[in-house]
Amino acid sequence: MGRIRKLLIPGVDKKLLVKDAVKLMPDLTRRRFITGGASLGALTLLTGCDVIDSSSAETMLAQVSKFNDAVQAWMFNPNALAPTFPESAITKPFPFNGYYDVDEAPDIDGNDWKLEVRGLVANNKPWTLEELYKLPQVKQVTRHICVEGWSAIGSWTGTPLRDFLKLVGADTRAKYVWFQCADKDGYNSPLDMPTALHPQTQMTFKFADEILPRAYGYPMKIRVPTKLGFKNPKYVISMEVTNDYKGGYWEDQGYNSFSGS
Amino acid sequence: MSSLAVSNEHAAASTAKVIQPAWVRIVHWINAVAVILMIMSGWQIYNASPLFNFTFSRSITLGGWLGGALLWHFAAMWLLMVNGLVYLVLGFVTGRFRRKLLPITPAGVISDTKAALTFKLSHDDLAKYNYVQKLLYAGIIIVGVVIVLSGLSIWKPVQLQWLTALFGGYDIARYVHFICMALIVAFLVLHVALAILVPRSLRAMIIGR
Repeated sequence: MGRIRKLLIPGVDKKLLVKDAVKLMPDLTRRRFITGGASLGALTLLTGCDVIDSSSAETMLAQVSKFNDAVQAWMFNPNALAPTFPESAITKPFPFNGYYDVDEAPDIDGNDWKLEVRGLVANNKPWTLEELYKLPQVKQVTRHICVEGWSAIGSWTGTPLRDFLKLVGADTRAKYVWFQCADKDGYNSPLDMPTALHPQTQMTFKFADEILPRAYGYPMKIRVPTKLGFKNPKYVISMEVTNDYKGGYWEDQGYNSFSGS
Repeated sequence: MSSLAVSNEHAAASTAKVIQPAWVRIVHWINAVAVILMIMSGWQIYNASPLFNFTFSRSITLGGWLGGALLWHFAAMWLLMVNGLVYLVLGFVTGRFRRKLLPITPAGVISDTKAALTFKLSHDDLAKYNYVQKLLYAGIIIVGVVIVLSGLSIWKPVQLQWLTALFGGYDIARYVHFICMALIVAFLVLHVALAILVPRSLRAMIIGR
């Protein structure tokens, strides 16, 4: 996806362009196309098509999905906490989940890793893992619900994201915090600001009281118990406070963007 | 005077002939479309994380993959819920539910079931439901309410956590949602089969009489 973003053509709406390109492909190739990235030539060839006037089912469904984003944002209660569970309820083993095998998961050296902070923040200095570990941490035992339907209860420990946003002087009137990750094909996901400021939204450094293992997103994941699992990015390398909707790995493929629980 | 009596008689005759009023027919067919979209996309969603040891053939599912199925499911849900609410409100306000579906007595259900199984159940007056119909139509309304509520509790287990708790938690709510789907499918098979056996009832649901 990162590559597509860099290939923006001035004056051409990125989303419509990609949507247009995607529309011409059979279902199965779509996902591979989007994850694999596309050539500039392929995209420019397709810009002639008229997407705006298209009244296809796909356009209608995308519009309803946007409407559902708005409904869910309206339903979202910033004070409603996700149910918490006793430690005895923790699912063991907690499932690894990704669009790749666990041995393809990013293998990050914590000493080299830095969290980039960008966008509408007062202080955009990068953070080392050591610095982040010094921030106050809290633990939560909550239910992780996958978009596929299964769920698992886990124990996550880390710093509330809202505390960190305050620390870096983020403009919390901005619309999104956009996360970028080290997963292959460049995972990313936008988080709406009200959810980013929710008391249980966490920069997670530990799972079950142990340093976050590689399978669950070492060195840092964002735990959002009020969202579906794919809105809980792992292997996070940067966050950007922004008013722009920058899309996301799964969101761009059609998963509802708000996907609140 | 006599002409007035004639026209009154005529009016009475034509209203008597209307078996299914227009609003019932409209919500019925909108519901039919919504339910089919919900079931077919729901099967595709189920396939992403099956509750039982089987999946649904892709040839009978909607959406192509999980993401597409979710888009259909969460679009058709509005059609289902808004149309369903209109049906419930009108059903109560017009007195149709009370008139058509009540009373339901065990003795009536048993004798009509026996009559139905021996093909002796009368369909002379389609405007009047027999006890088996009353039971099934009232029952499917309740199943419809439960499938919507369990669906909402799976969709919003944090914001509507009281509702999810009412179903015994997220995981049980998924089973409730599935079982309601199975009941609706069973109802549909029977409903369509009987409509074909008594084609006048299908006609009544299309043109009203």
